[in-house]
Amino acid sequence: MEDVLFKRISSDPRYIELKRKRTRFGWWLTLSMMVVYYGFIVLVAFDKELLFRRLGAGVTTLGMPIGLAVIVFTVLITGIYVRRANSEYDSLTEQIARGVKQ
Amino acid sequence: MRASSHRAVLPAALLALAAAVAPVVHAAGADLGQLQKQPTNWTAIAMFAAFVVATLFITKWAAAKTKSAADFYTAGGGITGFQNGLAIAGDFMSAASFLGISAAVMVGGFDGLIYSIGFLVGWPVVTFLLAERLRNLGKFTFADVAAFRFEQKPVRVFAASGTLVVVAFYLIAQMVGAGQLIKLLFGLEYWIAVVIVGALMMVYVLFGGMTATTWVQIIKACLLLAGASFMAFMVLLHFGFSPEAMFAKAVEVKTGLARAAGKTPEVAAAEGFSIMGPGGFIKDPISAISFGMALMFGTAGLPHILMRFFTVPNAKEARKSVLWATTWIGYFYILTFIIGFGAITFVLTNPEFLDAKGGLLGGGNMAAVHLAKAVGGNVFLGFISAVAFATILAVVAGLTLSGASAVSHDIYATVIKKGQVDSKSELKVSRITTVALGVIAVVLGIVFEKQNIAFMVSLAFAIAASANFPVLLMSVLWKDCTTRGAVIGGFLGLISSVVLTIVSPAVWEATFGYPKGSALFPYASPALFSMTIGFVGIWLFSILDRSPRAAQDRDGFLPQQVRSETGIGASGASGH
Repeated sequence: MEDVLFKRISSDPRYIELKRKRTRFGWWLTLSMMVVYYGFIVLVAFDKELLFRRLGAGVTTLGMPIGLAVIVFTVLITGIYVRRANSEYDSLTEQIARGVKQ
Repeated sequence: MRASSHRAVLPAALLALAAAVAPVVHAAGADLGQLQKQPTNWTAIAMFAAFVVATLFITKWAAAKTKSAADFYTAGGGITGFQNGLAIAGDFMSAASFLGISAAVMVGGFDGLIYSIGFLVGWPVVTFLLAERLRNLGKFTFADVAAFRFEQKPVRVFAASGTLVVVAFYLIAQMVGAGQLIKLLFGLEYWIAVVIVGALMMVYVLFGGMTATTWVQIIKACLLLAGASFMAFMVLLHFGFSPEAMFAKAVEVKTGLARAAGKTPEVAAAEGFSIMGPGGFIKDPISAISFGMALMFGTAGLPHILMRFFTVPNAKEARKSVLWATTWIGYFYILTFIIGFGAITFVLTNPEFLDAKGGLLGGGNMAAVHLAKAVGGNVFLGFISAVAFATILAVVAGLTLSGASAVSHDIYATVIKKGQVDSKSELKVSRITTVALGVIAVVLGIVFEKQNIAFMVSLAFAIAASANFPVLLMSVLWKDCTTRGAVIGGFLGLISSVVLTIVSPAVWEATFGYPKGSALFPYASPALFSMTIGFVGIWLFSILDRSPRAAQDRDGFLPQQVRSETGIGASGASGH
């Protein structure tokens, strides 16, 4: 009986939409996080001069805002996903669950 | 008897302990270990005692609520996303990261920032790929998820091994850290600190289960965030909230120190400015990438972190908890960065905190502790010291609970009893395991006192990234993954990460003392290689698997996927 239920859900267009959208969104965000982080590490390993470049007359270097930006980016990108998942994906999920009960 | 005159100020809960400690404090002196022992700090001890009393009351309250195995493992699923986020952040903001990263910033400036960023970037990956799927598929341990559609016995045995190995290394690092720190901060003997941590941790976990463990972690996270915020605020206030002024003064101090050490003005100026960009932390690109992978994906495989996703009621709260955790951890790393730079100005220039050779009193990791005294006086120093001890206690409790649930839920209830077990006897086994793990942790903490254990936390991350994470990810996302593939690939990742770490310079040369250059594996972290071995192993042994069980495993993917995506059929964490 459970198998029938799962088969029915898996062919529900809303389920297919949810799965496709979320999987794609999740991997895109994962990829962008990896590009940002490993991009930063590659800069650290190969282009130290760039990170040492002074921003103005003072001692503050370009590396400082870049490092801070990686931290802020990490928090923001998590927030973007959670916001979308908790509204759009959850409402799709709810519709699917309601469809099952009928 | 100096100690006895102070006994009266100690709360009753610690009286017995203090009585045991007092004679030893006086007998001490000959054996100083790797770090210098400081004079007994009674303010710090009193504040720590207050923390202990508060947490014991919480444990008493939690014990009344801990009746079933579900209560014990997951606090009955009654933790909110915000609370869980603080608890997860607390697990991450260990004493090692507070003291270690702020000290790394004080020494290397920007390099310390690179290090802390590595610890943070795993969180989005956990959120995007695992958090809600974990919550939808699992009940108590990450093995529930990894073994969802597979043959229970082999996958559970693997997952329990992965859990226990990670927990063991992490635990040893924490226990040794506790002993060293307490010797420093409180002026107590090493072994006493280890025993106190072991005993209190056992009380929290035994009686209060996950409820107490979570609340101890939350309280400590709040105290630590508040303390660190105050320190960063005081530092910024001094510089009129201008980062440029803070950096400029730090460069000036570093340049001055280099001049004092006899460097020419040009060399000294270059040395002073070197804290503003990447230095020696990353030696070669392979090590950099490999170490980055261990930190990034290890986060997604740490059993004591993963189990926290089962303490919230649903996937929505699970997502919220990672967002809160990421926010707090990111904020915390910005604070430690400011604290590290503040320490350059306030600590490195103040003879009160320096020994005859210009090093920090008590050792390199004391940067944040000395800064606490510089900006907040003796009382605040006591506060930060107490928080540092509380931090270790809270992290150790979480680790022990995670190890205990691997033994009682995965091995005892599922493998030995094949699921035919009532909640009461499972609970009994978890408690026995908790005591056993507590005793083992204390013994290992004492055995490893003189060892160089700096590599152990990064080893735990490497193992989690190479064994637990690949199995978890592939079982949840890859249809053709089979029992055989998951188990063989998982063990390959586990074994290769341990072996490569042993033959790497950090262990082979620095810990075992073999000559420089004799290490077979030249890089700082094995993750790039051992993760590849783990993933390729899972893939290869899965596609080659033609057994009847493999067909069953693949058939199981559809129902698993529906449940992991929608939560339909998921266990309401509460179970009541």
